[in-house]
Amino acid sequence: MTTATETTTQVYSVYIKAEPQAIWDAITTPEWTEKFGYGGRSEYDLRPGGAVRGWTTPEMREHGAPELAIDGEVIESDPPRKLVQTWRMLMDQSMADEGFSTLTYEITQPREGLSKLTVVHDLEGQPTTAVLMRGDMEDRGAGGGWSFVLSSLKTLLETGESITH
Amino acid sequence: MADDDLVFKALADPTRRFLLDRLFERDGRSLTELESELEMTRFGVMKHLRVLEQAGLVEARKSGREKRHFLNPVPIRLIHDRWIDKYTERRVSALTELKNKLEEPA
Repeated sequence: MTTATETTTQVYSVYIKAEPQAIWDAITTPEWTEKFGYGGRSEYDLRPGGAVRGWTTPEMREHGAPELAIDGEVIESDPPRKLVQTWRMLMDQSMADEGFSTLTYEITQPREGLSKLTVVHDLEGQPTTAVLMRGDMEDRGAGGGWSFVLSSLKTLLETGESITH
Repeated sequence: MADDDLVFKALADPTRRFLLDRLFERDGRSLTELESELEMTRFGVMKHLRVLEQAGLVEARKSGREKRHFLNPVPIRLIHDRWIDKYTERRVSALTELKNKLEEPA
């Protein structure tokens, strides 16, 4: 296994041939979030202080996962451009103990028909969660982290093909 | 140039791979920090970083007066998901077939 030696902010970006609104909807509505990434349904109350809940999939629960995978709170919601939230992983005790991190989604449109999604995940002081989100636990069945999530989101929006972990 | 071409071109240079390795080790470094690890002019390092940024392999973010550089592995993941998986899957299924053939009762 390869592990980065220090944890800090993680920044990811992907270009998607889709409108900013389509990307925004894919991130914030359960009908879309179950079609890419880890495949759980996410619910957003899109106002400052509103609740964020990411539910586990039936398959995860069969393997003993709790009902809630992620919890957090909306800090800033500026559809379809910017979403800032707190974020905590609840499926693993050591990650849950690391507490809330700050997650920012930014969507820009460099040209007509093309959007850029940037994810900034501030994981300073959260080494275990950082390893998961970096995708370094994929060989242990924990999925490919943000790279995988964004790659599958691009595939979903550009081809309609749903790939979940 | 297509997205994949930019990525392969960026990865084809040892200095740029070295820069990515340094960011993998510790992400979010400034130009000054990266420059101190290379025997190269500041301008030379900037040029390499620009190629990496254009390929989407490095994201530069302003932090106060400095620019911090972050490794973005998504383009490599996309190549992996689009190309590598395709070929390894075939190899694996061929091996599975061979195993089944060999284990068939005579």
